[in-house]
Amino acid sequence: MSKYHLDYLEQLEAESIHIFREVAAQFERPALLFSGGKDSITMVHLAKKAFAPGKIPFPLVHIDTGHNFPEALEFRDWLAKEVNATLVVRKVEDTIKEKNLTEPKGKFPSRNWLQTYTLLDTIEEFKFDACIGGARRDEEKARAKERIFSVRDEFGQWNPKLQRPELWNIYNGRIHKGENVRVFPISNWTELDIWNYIRKENIDLPSIYFAHERQVIEHEGQLVAISEFVQPDANDVVLTKQVRYRTVGDMTCTAAVESTAANLDEVINEIIATRISERGETRIDDKVTEAAMEDRKKNGYF
Amino acid sequence: MDLLRFITAGSVDDGKSTLIGRLLYDSKNILVDQLEALEKSTKNRTDGSVDLALLTDGLRAEREQGITIDVAYRYFTTPKRKFIIADAPGHVQYTRNMITGASNASLIIVLVDARQGVVEQTRRHSIIASLLKIPHVVVAINKMDLVEYSQDIFNNIVIDYAEVAKQLGLKNVTYIPISALKGDNIVDKSEIIDWYDGKPLLEFLEEVDTAHDIDLDNARFQVQFVIRPQTEELHDYRGYAGKIISGIYKKGEKVKVLPAGLETTISKLEVGGREVEEVFAPQAAVIQLADDIDISRGDAIVKTGDTPVVGNELEVLLCWLDDKPLQTGNKYYLQHNSRLVRAVVRSIEYKLDVNTLQQQPVEGGVKLNEVVKATIKTASPLVYDPYDQFVVNGSAILVDETSNSTVAAVLLQ
Ligand SMILES: Nc1nc2c(ncn2[C@@H]2O[C@H](COP(=O)(O)OP(=O)(O)O)[C@@H](O)[C@H]2O)c(=O)[nH]1
Repeated sequence: MSKYHLDYLEQLEAESIHIFREVAAQFERPALLFSGGKDSITMVHLAKKAFAPGKIPFPLVHIDTGHNFPEALEFRDWLAKEVNATLVVRKVEDTIKEKNLTEPKGKFPSRNWLQTYTLLDTIEEFKFDACIGGARRDEEKARAKERIFSVRDEFGQWNPKLQRPELWNIYNGRIHKGENVRVFPISNWTELDIWNYIRKENIDLPSIYFAHERQVIEHEGQLVAISEFVQPDANDVVLTKQVRYRTVGDMTCTAAVESTAANLDEVINEIIATRISERGETRIDDKVTEAAMEDRKKNGYF
Repeated sequence: MDLLRFITAGSVDDGKSTLIGRLLYDSKNILVDQLEALEKSTKNRTDGSVDLALLTDGLRAEREQGITIDVAYRYFTTPKRKFIIADAPGHVQYTRNMITGASNASLIIVLVDARQGVVEQTRRHSIIASLLKIPHVVVAINKMDLVEYSQDIFNNIVIDYAEVAKQLGLKNVTYIPISALKGDNIVDKSEIIDWYDGKPLLEFLEEVDTAHDIDLDNARFQVQFVIRPQTEELHDYRGYAGKIISGIYKKGEKVKVLPAGLETTISKLEVGGREVEEVFAPQAAVIQLADDIDISRGDAIVKTGDTPVVGNELEVLLCWLDDKPLQTGNKYYLQHNSRLVRAVVRSIEYKLDVNTLQQQPVEGGVKLNEVVKATIKTASPLVYDPYDQFVVNGSAILVDETSNSTVAAVLLQ
């Protein structure tokens, strides 16, 4: 093979870097929506490479539901320092108080839906015109059709019927006042691509991605950690298990998987061996309806 | 392991969704929970089988209407390659969707229903493939099970298509008899179609040689973003970040900045913050130059002695993608990679019939899905190559100034 050849990870990387640079050049106030998970962390790594030796020319914005894994928050603060990026944190808790919103109830009180309010307020506060997100098209069927530059109206809504054609590698980021664009630089990556890239580039991750011991309860076949936010009922059996996480969302709605994988190689081997996709395995709220994601996106969710 | 992007084209009911579903299913890229969801939604079917087409069905509106209306992307990986499928459905908006999906594809699968043979749609898809210069064509002759796996029928379709391919100048055409539904010649070689001695589809996709699709001879680069850290230790640093569109750049080489026309040399090259001796397509790189020249986004850096066209009077083919028709004299933005310039459509010469390739007069405006030959004038010059010679540096889009929509695909002539 010629030495002028890129393997698939290098090609994906080049494409993502290209997208990051388009965002920085086309928009006045972009922001990177940082969720704390491996996809966001990979994006920060790509952004760092895109603008080296300069610093990342936009802030990392974290919409904090207040239900986070402490390990993820610690990691977030460390990473922002490490790459010398500005970190903006806005709390769902504050939006709930300010707007007198109703807290979700139940055993697994997910603030996922409420995140949208805080995000839209934050966009308004900083006048962000482009929000970079870590969604991938392989995650879920509705995402498969989303553009890399996806225009949102003033209410943060996505209109699947009015998407701009996206041709070659030309990205049209022109918008009207009040609109903003969600940009997905890792659209074409799959979960496994992300893991392989993390291994290749030696990217640091929060510890909860690797096997550790945790007290969990079983809920509809999924393992949910006991925490300040999730308490066992009288008839729950609390188990102590070796687990790891495949995604890092809220403690209330992210399930753990049983695992002994203590390092990246072992994690990747386990992923190859399992045949359950990330969303199905670890998001408790997604199973509700098949169209759940589509609804949420129309309403301005990431 | 490398990457192959391809598009599937076919008329409604030719079996496109079934084929994609089959590729994902048989290459074990469908995950258990997706399969469960699939089984749940096919529960009502009388024969109890899973409907592979459902795997590739996206948005709710489409589910409700039972049609696919937009380009969707699918991913699957084998030990040899990662594949990205642009799934562009056949429907009213077909040309628009297909052009969108085809613009990044290095291979097209043209589906033909064995019972129907080469039909108008087949011709139309092939014309688009030839207009967009997709380097590899696979003609998948589907539903072979419904024609008793007949070699004669297959051969006749090959003869018919070869005529189309010849007319259109399509090269690298491969014919494969398949049954998407039964899985013949998809992943494994069909035992029934024993008269076929070629590869099954997946194996072909894994092995087709795409190394030569990237041009390494002619160097093209456009500045996307200027990196100026302006920190103490990087006080004078000025790096031009962009994608290597084609070719190879080496440290110390003489280059020319266009459209200004100034010459200088490459003083330093970086990829991802790491210094390198050379960079090549399609890397995302940073170029530093020996001289302090005023360069901004959209400017091109090329080699002296190998320069593209510089001009602002452009002959183009326009594929119209918007509901609002184009009229002569309309003003737009033209975006060529990262260069954005104002443009006016000066004249519209003729319309290209996408079913026959015949030139026809244009009456009234240019409507959605129509392809026309036109002349465009831009406010400042573009640095480009004719699309036919150089896809990556000969393509652009038109953006409506008022709606901000992408209204046309532009193939520079
Ligand atoms: N017998 C047979 N039927 C097929 C084959 N491929 C697809 N079909 C059927 O043709 C119909 C249309 O297929 P579908 O994949 O939805 O077509 P699309 O509109 O091109 O996506 C469905 O009923 C399929 O089951 C095949 O190879 N053999």
